[in-house]
Amino acid sequence: MVIKHKNIFKQESAWSNADELLLCLDTGSWRTERPILDKEKCNYCGLCALYCPPQCMKDMGDHFEANLDFCKGCGICAYECPRDAITMVPEGEFADEGSKRSG
Amino acid sequence: MKAQKGQVRVITGNATAAYGAMLCRPEVVSAYPITPQSELAEQLASFHADGILDAEMVMVEGENSSMNVVCAASIAGARTLTATSSYGLVFMYDALQETSGFRAPVVMINANRETPGIHAVSSGQQDMISARDTGWVQIIVENDQEILDQIIMAFRLAEDYDIQLPVMVNYDGFYLSYLAEAVEIPVIEDVDQFLAPLKKQPERPKLVPGEPRGCGTHGIEMGYVEARYKHCMAMERVTKKVDEIDRDFGEYFGRSYGGQIEEYRTEDAEIVVVTSGSATGTARTVIDAKRAEGVKVGLVKLRLFRPFPAERLVQALKGKKAIGVIDRSVCFGWKYGPICMELRVLYPEIGLVPILSYIDGLANLDINIPHIERVVEEVHAAAQGKPYQEVTWIPMEE
Amino acid sequence: MKEIRIHGRGGQGAVLAARMLASAFVTEGKFVASFPMYGFERRGAPVVAFTRIDDKPIREKTQIYNPDCMVVIDPGLMKLPALFSGLKPEGVLILNSPQPLKIPPNDNLKIGGVINATQIAVDEIGRDIPNTCLLGAFAAATGWLGLQSLLSCLGDYLSGDILQRNLRSTERGYREVEVIRW
Repeated sequence: MVIKHKNIFKQESAWSNADELLLCLDTGSWRTERPILDKEKCNYCGLCALYCPPQCMKDMGDHFEANLDFCKGCGICAYECPRDAITMVPEGEFADEGSKRSG
Repeated sequence: MKAQKGQVRVITGNATAAYGAMLCRPEVVSAYPITPQSELAEQLASFHADGILDAEMVMVEGENSSMNVVCAASIAGARTLTATSSYGLVFMYDALQETSGFRAPVVMINANRETPGIHAVSSGQQDMISARDTGWVQIIVENDQEILDQIIMAFRLAEDYDIQLPVMVNYDGFYLSYLAEAVEIPVIEDVDQFLAPLKKQPERPKLVPGEPRGCGTHGIEMGYVEARYKHCMAMERVTKKVDEIDRDFGEYFGRSYGGQIEEYRTEDAEIVVVTSGSATGTARTVIDAKRAEGVKVGLVKLRLFRPFPAERLVQALKGKKAIGVIDRSVCFGWKYGPICMELRVLYPEIGLVPILSYIDGLANLDINIPHIERVVEEVHAAAQGKPYQEVTWIPMEE
Repeated sequence: MKEIRIHGRGGQGAVLAARMLASAFVTEGKFVASFPMYGFERRGAPVVAFTRIDDKPIREKTQIYNPDCMVVIDPGLMKLPALFSGLKPEGVLILNSPQPLKIPPNDNLKIGGVINATQIAVDEIGRDIPNTCLLGAFAAATGWLGLQSLLSCLGDYLSGDILQRNLRSTERGYREVEVIRW
């Protein structure tokens, strides 16, 4: 057999790495709104990152940012933020962006 | 005496299955919802709530319990029905074997989906394959109408006094479970009529309150051997019975499916492709197209998987120059796909010709027209003596 | 055979739209097959639904690779690079959008039917369920289906007040769609 498929998993079994591609699911495309952070209000408490179901919050040193490849727009980060620093904004407002793939 | 024309509705495979089950008037139903069959369980509950289905609906916490419930109800004499898929099917692993070991004529509807190991919520026949040796009769269908018709035939088969075996009716999850097509729903009195011959047969043994008796109690030494022997002999009787019931169904309802297998344009074919399930429909369009090009190719649709329709396959494939088998599952331990592997047992009788195994259509990947065209072309080349690849995992080569 | 591919998100009624379309074509004597493709049954996840129609029984049980017509329920999906893959030349696009479509978003497009189905749905149904409105637009823009056939089969799927509202939404889609020929 001439195998053209390029392996998705590095190991023998289907392990995914939390630092890299997690389960190969394009959950970012499911989003209808995205979390936008007001950095002035953020005190870097990390609750948003703790609560994020797909654990896609990136530590930026003084605040957290959602990895838009995986953020499903569930809004839990906005709900849990004790400073109300996160607002959920409809994706339609970012329609001119084109598709962004980070890292 | 012919059946009346039924109502035509555009409904999904799941809803069709629910209709098929309801029309047979099961007395005890216990079906746990699971993707891609959830709508089926919901529709049955809906029929019950609307008074259309007069059955004891037993709600359980999982599929292992649902199979135990219907098995027990069945040996208490009830007509029973359950439905599941993949994870649910493997969850009832022990209960599946108890049911067939007890010779309880349960009918189970299985919407094929990939099995555990790599969490798959997608179509594939691995669940049916993984239950190969559970002692159940297994049939797999091609389209929505066939789901309904086969469920009716399943009750007639399971409860036949000569058979008394549980029957699993399989249909491809996603491809058929969610596929909406125009389906003719028979009138319930006609279904009663079709199942009526069962009433004329001797009554099968059943548990009766107040009468001490046991079913499937310890088989030690020859008790076990005898029970297993009778079970296997009953399996052998299933093959002819499936053909008979299909003929009767055809005469009564005007729709017939060939019984154990269906042969499509095989009479003068030099090469044959063997498929099962929904991919068969797609394959037919390829066969017609290739025939128009002058390739003498035919199609065999495998309907009965357990017991394996050996005799009918030999009749259909004997004398052909090469055969291609498309499996929608894998066989752990053999390089071939499971249906191909079993078909190879018939090598001596079919003739020592190339039998090419194709593994395709796993996890919601289509078995599409270009794939099947490739199969025909390679089998055709093999028939002409050109070198060929014995096993091909089509998605891995793309 | 005509192949119609409907793109939406879970919860927008793409699957129901594909089935209603199938039912409508059946009333006109066509053979139909309709099914969705999704793995995770949850709101927001992109859903693709397929409807095939033909004058003879439909045997293919695969996804639609080469649609004759695409219906896009969520304008946000227009960003997806693979959306138009396989579209046949002289293809039709039915799009839910508040903005007009001057340039065809794909070279294979010949006809576009644009309608602000979200607004119409909110007006008539009270919620952003644009599917029935888009079906009306589909019927008008393609000419493959009569409005009455479409309206007559909605009753198989909806009833009461919700049915009336959707009938209005469908009819408005039919009458108000802006049809562009490129």
